[in-house]
Amino acid sequence: MTNYLQLSNITKTYGHFTALDDVSLSVDKGEFVTFLGPSGSGKTTTLMIIAGFEKASGGSVEIGGQSISQLAPHERNIGIVFQNYALFPHKTAVENVYFPLQMRGVSRSQGLRRAEDMLSLVGLKGFGHRHPKELSGGQQQRVALARALVFEPSLLLLDEPLGALDKNLREQMQIEIKRIQRSLGVTTIFVTHDQSEAMSMSDRIVVFEKGGIEQAAAPLDIYHRPQTSFVAAFIGESNLIPATIASAVAGTAESPTLGAFDYASTDVLADGQKVTLLIRPEHIKLSRNPIDGRKNVRMVVETIVNYGDNALVIGRAGDIPMRVRVLGADVVIIKEGEECCISWMPDAVFVITR
Amino acid sequence: MGISLSKLTEKTNIWPWLLLAPLGIYMLIFFVVPLAEVAIMSFTEPKVSLANYQKFLTGALYQRVFLNTFMTAAFVTLCCLLVGYPLAYLMAHSKPRTAMLILLLVTMSFWTSFLVRTYAWMVLLGNNGPLIAFLQMIGFDKPPQVLFTRFSSTLAMVHILAPYMIMNIYTVMKKIDPALIRSAESLGARGWSLFRHIYLPLTAPGIANGSVLVFVICLGFYVTPVLLGSPREQMIAGLIGHQIEEFLAFGLGSAMAMILLVVTLIILTIYHRRFGLDKLWG
Repeated sequence: MTNYLQLSNITKTYGHFTALDDVSLSVDKGEFVTFLGPSGSGKTTTLMIIAGFEKASGGSVEIGGQSISQLAPHERNIGIVFQNYALFPHKTAVENVYFPLQMRGVSRSQGLRRAEDMLSLVGLKGFGHRHPKELSGGQQQRVALARALVFEPSLLLLDEPLGALDKNLREQMQIEIKRIQRSLGVTTIFVTHDQSEAMSMSDRIVVFEKGGIEQAAAPLDIYHRPQTSFVAAFIGESNLIPATIASAVAGTAESPTLGAFDYASTDVLADGQKVTLLIRPEHIKLSRNPIDGRKNVRMVVETIVNYGDNALVIGRAGDIPMRVRVLGADVVIIKEGEECCISWMPDAVFVITR
Repeated sequence: MGISLSKLTEKTNIWPWLLLAPLGIYMLIFFVVPLAEVAIMSFTEPKVSLANYQKFLTGALYQRVFLNTFMTAAFVTLCCLLVGYPLAYLMAHSKPRTAMLILLLVTMSFWTSFLVRTYAWMVLLGNNGPLIAFLQMIGFDKPPQVLFTRFSSTLAMVHILAPYMIMNIYTVMKKIDPALIRSAESLGARGWSLFRHIYLPLTAPGIANGSVLVFVICLGFYVTPVLLGSPREQMIAGLIGHQIEEFLAFGLGSAMAMILLVVTLIILTIYHRRFGLDKLWG
């Protein structure tokens, strides 16, 4: 079944300020979709409208063909994991998980059994009797997840749930959440401003910016074929070069500073069209002398950041700032302040028209 | 290094005590010494014996007053809770303007001397006051006695003590994470079930704090019950005052004061064991 969750033309205004402008999106059943964007981009507002805590100024939300726009939050049957987990401090872990079942009239003995089962699923067997303050951040996170899933919600919403965890735990929880989501097949919306989280967990990423959707696509599509300069700059590291299409037939562009370019794009382009060329830092090669068969450009090296296994070389080609990612061992050929040669193949050049 | 550090802390250790000294000396002279004197008097006036305590324990009148005091304090606490909880809720969750207005009214009443408030009630409830006039207007030929009854003293005590309850509950309500309420809603709770399972338990510490404070203050209330209450429904503080001012029975008065003190301490200890006194002050 497709189009399980359907957002149609959602608009949200606060006085004169437009927080969301005509947002439409459909999500398949069982899909894991991430809302990614900087703060204030509208991703959380969209989530709150789906949950029913914010009322949209226009547009509709449907789940499984039924409009839920007019339903109160408690009628929507949506599981939510909040940023700081929002566990009830006066209830034990298992009572927290039992709560949504209690609200649905499930008997205490049966409800507690289901709550215990759910706690086992999230890896917290035997922790049920503890109060939230007796649990670590990661454990609280799991309880919150169990509580949001135990009543078999029609949708699971996760609002930056990993923000408060340290890096190792965060990576562990990413894998855990993905595993649990797959095993239950629950349709999930995950909100984050962390792009690596979005890349590693999602079936599809929706990039928000200034109250609208910039692009909605699979992670690798977003990375390799960003449709706007914003997406290109926001996801991963990027070199963005303003250029004009010289010949659409021959596949060449002209940059005022860097000269003629070959590119490999299947998009329909017109001669003289203003475009932005994207080259990812890892697709650029660093050398002393020009290499045949590649586009070669001189670059002055300003900073070298060595991470051990790899290094980031930051410099300038003419007036354009450039970043080059090289293997850690290769960086010895160059020093800060020196000039070197950088080069790339035509298929490393991606044309962005917006 | 370790030695010099410990020497340093030893040296600096006396400073806090020096800073505390003025307050300590003040409390010693004006609180500890007089209290000790009361304690001693309860065993020595008019002669060294346990007679004063014996008298209290065998006197039916004293015990009735004692019991009455506790019943009144409990009733006043309950009334403060019933009045205070909704008001605190309004203060914590209304729009800022409304909340400010209620806060202002509560604190203004709190800042006004309780003697002034007691006299204000005498004026309002007295035979020539607006309440009686109103009752006459709507057709009571012979309006009931309102002032100098259990009703008038209870009313005034609730008015005077309610701010303690309101402030305690308000502080706790204000600190509740709104995400908890949203989360409860998203899990299917609303209205009464949301209140009973989530909101009420979360505000319970405020209720406990406010109640113990109101109850303990009410136990020792003197002016209001004496001025507004029925002479036949005395409270323990009034009785103690009576013993000392009218009968010059310093020993018996002191013994009663000690018993009141001990009972109050017992209540606070039980409360401390259960909730922690440190939480009482926020």
